[in-house]
Amino acid sequence: MSSYLERGARGRIPAIFDAGSFEEFLGPSARVVSPHLAQLDVPVSFDDGVVVGRGLLGGQRVFGAAQEGGFMGGAVGEVHGAKLVGMLGRAIDEGAQAVLLLLESGGVRLHEANAGLIAVSEVMRAILDVRAAGIPVIAAVGGANGCFGGMGIAARCANTVIMSEEGRLAMSGPEVIETANGVEEFDSKDRALVWRTTGGKHRYLLGDCQVLVADDTGAFRAAAIAAIEALTGAARIGAAALTLDALQAEQAMLERRIRDFGALAEPMDIWRQLGVPDPAGVSMLEADDFVAMAAGHRAGPVTGDR
Amino acid sequence: MDWQTLASKLFPGGHDIVEHDSFLSGSGQVDAGAGADAAARTVAVIGTTGHAPIGIEIALAQAQAVLRTVREHPGRAILILVDTQGQRLRHRDEMLGINSYMAHLGKCIDFARRQGHTVLGLVYDQALSGGFITSGLIADACFALPQATIRVMGLPAMARITKVPEDRLTELAMDNPVFAPGAENYLRMGGLQAIWEPGPGVESTDAAAISLPDASANASANSSASASANSSASALASALAKALAQVEPTDRRMALGEARGGRHMAQAVAQAVRTGGDVRPA
Repeated sequence: MSSYLERGARGRIPAIFDAGSFEEFLGPSARVVSPHLAQLDVPVSFDDGVVVGRGLLGGQRVFGAAQEGGFMGGAVGEVHGAKLVGMLGRAIDEGAQAVLLLLESGGVRLHEANAGLIAVSEVMRAILDVRAAGIPVIAAVGGANGCFGGMGIAARCANTVIMSEEGRLAMSGPEVIETANGVEEFDSKDRALVWRTTGGKHRYLLGDCQVLVADDTGAFRAAAIAAIEALTGAARIGAAALTLDALQAEQAMLERRIRDFGALAEPMDIWRQLGVPDPAGVSMLEADDFVAMAAGHRAGPVTGDR
Repeated sequence: MDWQTLASKLFPGGHDIVEHDSFLSGSGQVDAGAGADAAARTVAVIGTTGHAPIGIEIALAQAQAVLRTVREHPGRAILILVDTQGQRLRHRDEMLGINSYMAHLGKCIDFARRQGHTVLGLVYDQALSGGFITSGLIADACFALPQATIRVMGLPAMARITKVPEDRLTELAMDNPVFAPGAENYLRMGGLQAIWEPGPGVESTDAAAISLPDASANASANSSASASANSSASALASALAKALAQVEPTDRRMALGEARGGRHMAQAVAQAVRTGGDVRPA
């Protein structure tokens, strides 16, 4: 086992892509840094917290990015967002087999407030441009900082979301909700509650994450290869793009979710209602055992083409 | 401006927009000029009012309205009226996956655009962070009224989170569009295509369009309206008609931000990555 969570962006890329195959675009030696952080006397990073480029994944030409949680929590600023948008455009220009996004981000970088907000929306649109070109987009979420805010939305614009149990995927962070509406609303210090609410197993049971893996770079790599294969096989030409049928199915799934679980307050009650036999024991299960247990109980569609 | 007043000014030919729990939906008749057929004159309208927090229900209601428009009225333009305090900050929304509801709304709008529906956003009151990303910011082009408030968060909260003193942020916000709220800053950064002056007769006494070199649609919309008997109504109606006629399907916001001097790096960096070149200083 080699922990995905404990690696930074530059450690994940070579562990996920075929050895030695990844070529970075506009790497740190180009020293393209945020123009806004210096004004605030905040340290900059020579990659602005994101690695973008192309490589091979299981022999396929796959474009990719990895956000660095260690730099400002992976938050998106002007340069960071533009690097993602440029890479996504190039994936279309060069006819990539797929795009793999290793996401770890708090969302908009507040130090670059308005520029960050516009940038995140540009990333979203660029992801959907890639899908509209028939190229699948896979998102992986397994870093210590989770995937929040606008990037939590962007992740769900991908064809497939791969998570580890330790990964967290949501919109507003627990601290933000606690600050706005009090500790009774969401106790951000209650780590078990935070995990039950935003963690990989809950997202997998709800259907917002299509693949749940152990915290292991090999498992993430294998899942990404399988997800790409499932979306690019001979029978799946064009499966990457949005369709009216798929959106109507998603609409129905999200309506069902409110109807079935909208009155519940605790994630374990949702799991119980889904038929999970021992909700309190879910946290103890290893990824493989959990996936085996969850089969037949998940709320979402099984395939990853939403 | 309340949504009823706005709707009557945008659609002097009539509209059937209704409000239900802060969610707006319906359609309006655009003043597209003689010769335009009836189908081309009708615009679907969705949106929110009352600074609505965007929770999972209202996101889903908007998505449903977009999908219905795609199914029942192929090609009909869609106008998103934006007034939101941002995403709803509740445990229940997070537990049920509000990011998925937001993404679904964004995907529905994006799909509509690719099916040939022109999609415009109009911030008529307030737009904040998460509520804006999957509404106005995912439209083909977004516009705002001059008094609109647009921001990620207030400066005091930004100071708390970034640990940068509020005085320093306030000082920077004076001349840096990145830190300051407001429609004009989003215009300079390319996040807005243009600002629509409602014309005389409303809060603003300044009838001149906020005119940047590339905002000609906006400027001419207003000048052509001034001779009208009911100029405040037709200024917005005319701006809408022009925008519908001139919108482009590609995302030009980085180029606009560079041309307007509000965002110097984004366009150059994205181009350098896309073409394998270097970043030249803007």
